[in-house]
Amino acid sequence: MPETTLLDWAWAVVLYWLGLAAASLALQTQAGLTRWVVFPLGILGAAAMAVLGALALASPPTQFILPIGLPELPFHLRLDALSGFFLILLGVASSGVGIYAIGYFRHMAAGPLAVLSLWYHLFLAGMALVLLADDAYAFMVAWELMALASYFLVTTDHKIPDIRRAGFLYLLIAHVGAVALLLAFGVLHGSDPARMAAYSFDAMRENTLNPAWASVTFLLALFGFGAKAGLVPLHVWLPEAHPAAPSPVSALMSGVMLKTAIYGLLRVSLDLIGAPPAWWGTVALSLGLVTALYGVIFAAVQSDMKRLLAWSSIENIGFIIAAFGLTLIFHADGKGALAALTLTALLYHALNHALFKSLLFVGTGSVLHATGERRMGRLGGLIRFMPWTAWLMLLGALAIAGLPPLNGFVSEWLLLQAFLLTPGLTQPYLNMAIPVAAAVVVLAAALAAYVMVKFYGVIFLGQPRDPELNEAHEAGWPERLSMLGLAAGCVVLGLVPSQMIGWLNPVVEALLQQTLPNDGNWLMVAPLSAQRASYAPLVFLAVVSAITLLVFFGVKYVYHGRVRRAAPWDCGYPELDARMQDSAEGFGQPIRLIFSAFMRVERITPDPFDRQPQYRGDSRDKVWLWLYQPIAAAAAWLSAQASRLQHGRIQWYLIYSFATLIFLLVFVTR
Amino acid sequence: MSLTYHLQVVNLLAALLLLIAFAMLSQRRIVGLITLFAWQGAALATSTAIVAWSTGQHHLYYSAALTLGLKVVLVPWYFFRLIRQLDVDREVEPMINIPTTMLIGIILVIFAFNLALPISQMAGTVTRSTLGIALASVLLAFLMMITRSKAIPQVIGFLAMENGLFFAATSATYGMPLVVELGVALDVLVAVFVLGIFFFHIRETFDSMDLKHMERLREK
Repeated sequence: MPETTLLDWAWAVVLYWLGLAAASLALQTQAGLTRWVVFPLGILGAAAMAVLGALALASPPTQFILPIGLPELPFHLRLDALSGFFLILLGVASSGVGIYAIGYFRHMAAGPLAVLSLWYHLFLAGMALVLLADDAYAFMVAWELMALASYFLVTTDHKIPDIRRAGFLYLLIAHVGAVALLLAFGVLHGSDPARMAAYSFDAMRENTLNPAWASVTFLLALFGFGAKAGLVPLHVWLPEAHPAAPSPVSALMSGVMLKTAIYGLLRVSLDLIGAPPAWWGTVALSLGLVTALYGVIFAAVQSDMKRLLAWSSIENIGFIIAAFGLTLIFHADGKGALAALTLTALLYHALNHALFKSLLFVGTGSVLHATGERRMGRLGGLIRFMPWTAWLMLLGALAIAGLPPLNGFVSEWLLLQAFLLTPGLTQPYLNMAIPVAAAVVVLAAALAAYVMVKFYGVIFLGQPRDPELNEAHEAGWPERLSMLGLAAGCVVLGLVPSQMIGWLNPVVEALLQQTLPNDGNWLMVAPLSAQRASYAPLVFLAVVSAITLLVFFGVKYVYHGRVRRAAPWDCGYPELDARMQDSAEGFGQPIRLIFSAFMRVERITPDPFDRQPQYRGDSRDKVWLWLYQPIAAAAAWLSAQASRLQHGRIQWYLIYSFATLIFLLVFVTR
Repeated sequence: MSLTYHLQVVNLLAALLLLIAFAMLSQRRIVGLITLFAWQGAALATSTAIVAWSTGQHHLYYSAALTLGLKVVLVPWYFFRLIRQLDVDREVEPMINIPTTMLIGIILVIFAFNLALPISQMAGTVTRSTLGIALASVLLAFLMMITRSKAIPQVIGFLAMENGLFFAATSATYGMPLVVELGVALDVLVAVFVLGIFFFHIRETFDSMDLKHMERLREK
């Protein structure tokens, strides 16, 4: 009896999720059982997955061959540090989201809930399998399982035409991406393509491609994984699918599923192909920067809260891909320590994003439940009615805006350190371009903070823009518990970066054969050397808290103590009402003006003498207009031409087959 | 020897098969068409039986029996009953006039013989010279399906095509394995019954057996 490895346990969790998916089908009429038994059991699995991932970080890779799959290519599974890290991400985020789902779906009927629970657990199993797969076939099967399950989750409310449309767009782009991945694996196979075993990742690792084919593989993989991650110009499905999906699903898709694409990119380019040249990094870096900037600008002009978060996910993915590009550049240039630093920043940010984006998405779900409204223009002042949601979301918003001492700051700081510490790269052009790239990253980070001020301020602060908001209710306890957990994750990851970097080291070492030299101690993180830069979040927190408290009490007791309160002149605001507040559109207006080149603005502005003035403003994505619409038009034209073949007359169809037969017979006799 | 004698009979029957295929192409009445189909089946069954006897391939006896039972007795009887129930025994209006159809048929026969020449040289059977005829009857049956607009002649064309294929299999390789032949026979039987049900539905929907009306079903 061989010893049970971590991988066996991970596979057991996958099977357990599959079992839960099947069980939820059996509970078609038992909504209570589905919510209170199936979902909590699924959360247990997710927590176990996180623990297994954490244990796998420090263990040597384990492999396992399943007796299912193709005749010559059974499913290979492998659990190493990289898979382990992403399993932690999956486990942690889906535990948090799972708790939320128990509360969020409380009004759902038993039938739809059973279907949702089926796809939800299949989705989890699919994502875990993607991370565990160790051959191209198993990977593609898991990848498609993940894509299909998420498609059905997005179209949960499939009776609404817009949601079906969003789902179709998502499915389409997911499949275009999957085809690219299939081709990438086709190029990448081992040295003996006649044998199916050449498609196991082990064979791919051993085989070295010539540079041209390696580049083809990389570009195909970047396209395929980019389609899933939301890399510009393949991002169009994100702002459509996220608002369409139920909030816990958006949280999982944005928090975890996008990261599986990052995992795939790392796996293929650093592990399977190996020895990437610097120009791959340049391509990834430029695409990442464009994506980050594009995402954040569009996030700033959105007025639908989930759409805003979707665009913000695009921005974060751009940030991660830029870090990935930088890693490749440093790695190819022999700057091992810097490559380790950017890779650490990348992984750290992936985990951070999984936490705070899940938190924000589930928070918007609570707002949506309480008010029935997604348009930010109808919300406002919710901090008074939903204090739990509001304060926990504040943590998430601060984290995503990259403010210390929360986790978003750590990863952005690490990446900027890499930019700033860049000593001369061997390529002069890159050397000149890196500062510009750093400027773009800083601009995107600053705009992200602006976006979060808008997001949080318009929804939670000020006065309610709609009288009905006064009836908004606080979220139930599962939701609060979930948000509390995710927010706690953001805080902890922000406060103990040194330990986190220590945990990430095995992953970095496995990919780059180099660890990040951390000069700091448990209190302070100092990548590369303590002379250059260091950051001590606990000290920072203590100082900031002390100053804040000091100022607060100083103002309250010393300053206010001797001030007499009286009605002043009102400063021109005798009556403030909710309509005088800055609206979501108004807040985004400067960005819309400054970056008007990126978007096409469609506006209807009212005439001054109009009795019933109407205002509508819409910022359209130019990529959609210039790239997707022509492709769609061409496809429609081609199908219209092809449909001419369809006469509806049996004789004509017979003539087609007759002509084909004759043609083939002539062809055979030649 | 007796082998050449048998072979001559098989060749005669093959010629008969081709002749019947042409006759079907020119036949205007449905009842006549069914009779011709039955005769074609009879010729096929006889030739299969002779091949079986002369070469000692015993499984071909079963094939011959199947053909006889299915294509000479059961299917024609079923069709006769159908046209009585549906009351459609009128002249069939071909889409292309008959002399033109016959001319196209002749071209197809030449093409089929030309095509079969290299293949029959490779085949090691005594009946290989009939391969061209088999192919020709497949193509002629196909042509009949194209030129007829009523449903029943089309189904008969389909079955005649199957006859041709069967004949081709017998002449090129002494028939397909028995399992395959049984499967094909079952398919034919099921297809005929399913199509019989369709006839009723088509007539109910369109008040006619003319497939021209099916054009309405196309996607706009």
